[in-house]
Amino acid sequence: MPTYNLKINGKLQSVEADSDTPLLWVLRDHVNLLGTKFGCGIAQCGACTVHINGNATRSCSIPVANLQGMEITTIEGLSENGDHPVQEAWKEIDVPQCGYCQSGQIMSAAALLENNPNPSDEDIDVAMNGNICRCGTYVRIKQAIKIASKL
Amino acid sequence: MTKVNTQYNRRSFLKVSAAAGGGMLIGFSWLTGCTSDPKVEKIAIPNEWYDINGYIKIGDTGLVTIYSPNPEIGQNVRTSMPLIVAEELDVDWKNVVVEQAPLNTGFYQNQFAGGSLSIRLSWNALRMAGAAGRRMLLEAAAKEWGVMVSDLNVTQGVISEKNGERTIKYGEIASKAVDIEIPEKVELKEIKDFKLIGTSVKNVDAEKIVTGKPLFGLDFKREGMKLAMIQHPPAFGMKVKDFNEEEIKGMPGVIDAFIIDTTIEDPDWNDEKGFFQLIAIVGDSTWQLMKAKRAINANWETVSELENSEMHLKKLEDAFVSGTVGESRKDGDPDAAFANASKIIERTYSSPFLPHNTMEPMNFFANVTDTSVELIGPTQMPEPAEKSVSKLLNIPIENITLNMTRMGGGFGRRLYVHYALEAAAISKKIGAPVKLIYTREDDMTQGTYRPAYQSRYKAGLDENNNLVAFSVRGTGLPEGSVFPKRFPAGTVDNYLAESIGVKTNITTGAWRAPQSHFTAGAEQSFIDEVAEAAGKDPIDFRLELFDRAINNPVGEKHDYDAERYAGVLKLVKEKSNWGETEQGVYRGVAAYFCHSSYVAEVVDIVLLNGQPKIKKVWCAVDCGIVVNIDGAINMVQGGVIDGIGHAMYSQLTFNNGSANETNFDRYQLMRHSQAPEDIEVFFVKNDIAPTGLGEPGLPPAVGALANALYQATGQRLSKQPFANQINAKMPLG
Repeated sequence: MPTYNLKINGKLQSVEADSDTPLLWVLRDHVNLLGTKFGCGIAQCGACTVHINGNATRSCSIPVANLQGMEITTIEGLSENGDHPVQEAWKEIDVPQCGYCQSGQIMSAAALLENNPNPSDEDIDVAMNGNICRCGTYVRIKQAIKIASKL
Repeated sequence: MTKVNTQYNRRSFLKVSAAAGGGMLIGFSWLTGCTSDPKVEKIAIPNEWYDINGYIKIGDTGLVTIYSPNPEIGQNVRTSMPLIVAEELDVDWKNVVVEQAPLNTGFYQNQFAGGSLSIRLSWNALRMAGAAGRRMLLEAAAKEWGVMVSDLNVTQGVISEKNGERTIKYGEIASKAVDIEIPEKVELKEIKDFKLIGTSVKNVDAEKIVTGKPLFGLDFKREGMKLAMIQHPPAFGMKVKDFNEEEIKGMPGVIDAFIIDTTIEDPDWNDEKGFFQLIAIVGDSTWQLMKAKRAINANWETVSELENSEMHLKKLEDAFVSGTVGESRKDGDPDAAFANASKIIERTYSSPFLPHNTMEPMNFFANVTDTSVELIGPTQMPEPAEKSVSKLLNIPIENITLNMTRMGGGFGRRLYVHYALEAAAISKKIGAPVKLIYTREDDMTQGTYRPAYQSRYKAGLDENNNLVAFSVRGTGLPEGSVFPKRFPAGTVDNYLAESIGVKTNITTGAWRAPQSHFTAGAEQSFIDEVAEAAGKDPIDFRLELFDRAINNPVGEKHDYDAERYAGVLKLVKEKSNWGETEQGVYRGVAAYFCHSSYVAEVVDIVLLNGQPKIKKVWCAVDCGIVVNIDGAINMVQGGVIDGIGHAMYSQLTFNNGSANETNFDRYQLMRHSQAPEDIEVFFVKNDIAPTGLGEPGLPPAVGALANALYQATGQRLSKQPFANQINAKMPLG
């Protein structure tokens, strides 16, 4: 099995895995970062969203072999103390119900605000449409993104 | 204060305390993963903890642990159940941490998540637990100071003398309270004195959720644990014969591959009904298992008919004519009344099978030895899971432990315990602890779906536009969706409701607000059509019917309280400014009663480029006392989105016994851009003990949506999913 050196949350990690192993399973099985969630495995639900070089990416559909030299950020690395503006806004609005999709939602929202600090409702819809929330927290997510944009 | 008898005796408290010591030892960092965020900034972590009773543990620093007895599926009971205990215990909420209680139905009772029953069934028990704790702490302080309990006051965890200087904190007296007898009678607070109940407190797990801490069953890990996946037959009506076992075993990362059988004698309602023999593969890496799963080449045999959606439609149509009526109700003489009516309105409504699609796929951890079983994972029904595993493995239930994890959604899906059995069967076969993981496809094609329904409604108006006859004949696979004693029963002189079940081998189960979901959509859009035919405002029309049920009800008892039903309609009418029209905004209203609660909703739609877009939803809710206001609002908002989303976009169709939609590429769930821009929720204020809230927000959303879509498009949409039907782009008027 080949070895890959990945930069995850600012730390170099050496991982032995099949070359086609999706980043999602490298994170969950190999380096024990469990905040990135498995929802569909085909990049349709967004539960596995991470940042790769700052872009929101579905980790279930990107193989480990493509990731050397890239900056990978997961929910665990979004902020040191859980106080990224998006995380703060999520707590203020008390967004979660079951909570399972929320790390993916937060990662998508954080990437959106990085590129577009004052998104319109339409910008939010476009950026967030790939993230399903089965509990239906969409209204609160939109509110939280707007609050985060002001923090 | 009200004095009530506690439901406990000393022995049961001791029993649960012992279980709390043993049962909570899930191990390692997992335990802290199941504890809510400790308020370390506010108060120090205790050196000693004192078990006051099975619900409450107080630390020497004053930090209070309250056990949340029921499974958490996103309904936020991990916040609201301990909140009720904290109210009666009289502690500062910021000094409370929450832990998942061990499974002990002998003590906690009703440890399940279903039927919107958690708060409703445990309201008294939780209050008593808190009040018993408060009384014990007071008695300990009274004993210490040589005074009477009646000489003492308590507020926010501080006991003080009424006529003296002395004060003592709960943390300082807790060590003495453990020796106090559990009181046989306790005094509960007056509802008007509540300080926490009826306020808004944040989700106790929010910090962990937003920072991605391991909380869910799928996140559970144990040293030496193996991973497993299953493959069930590709179609309902098929069974596995054999598969390329040796080839699969030889694949990288695969430790073992075999067929398991989870058939149990004397199955319960929440046991598997479709696929009992499954191919199981075991390994160390999820990805390698997924690859091995794809390489499975099995021989399947057909054991019963392979059904398809056209066949389902025909079965339902046939049942209208020749089906056997199950549950029914008849008032007056509907046939004669219809014959004499001056106007008849008729419409047939339908909805397809639907999977639950919890975002966290099914999974469970099992560690089976010759004499014991340890189970950990997401289940709405922990005790039945233990029972079924006990039956399957022939191991006494006393030797089985089950610990509940937070769940990535429930919606009824995890009322069914087969995946815990499968994990146990696999663990037994390999003789090692194992975590079973379903893929999305496994979950979406496994069954346990919401049944498919078709109901025919008929109404007759007299020359004065009074509703004189009403009938509903509902068929469904495998059950009809008719509640004969609910509205409009009691409001119409001539009434007939009939439910007809039709056989299918597609397996079904309870799906959030079972039957109510479909019935509310059909009945409430039909009532809208009848009101229109009668030339009446849809709210006024309903209120007239409720007046009849209040003043002169028809027939035997009906299930609902017409005053409360009318109450939510009046509230939503007021809050939404019903009757005022706004250019380009199309409104629909609906009200429904289920799970002992009443909800009325108004949906406002606008047309953007000819396509309907939901602008706002107004909700009026009567669920009795609201425990945690903002949490309750979140629940109702979620129900609205669930109702609208599924009615609008979702369907599961079949071909040759297989679901055509197997993942989110073909199966549509509502997404951000389709969600309402705003959902406002109002509660009726009263002193009625809390009723259900997890489900009642959903059903009226379907009817209100259909009625708003009618105003916007001129189409009476009766077949779900509505998005398939919408073609007219021109609004009414």
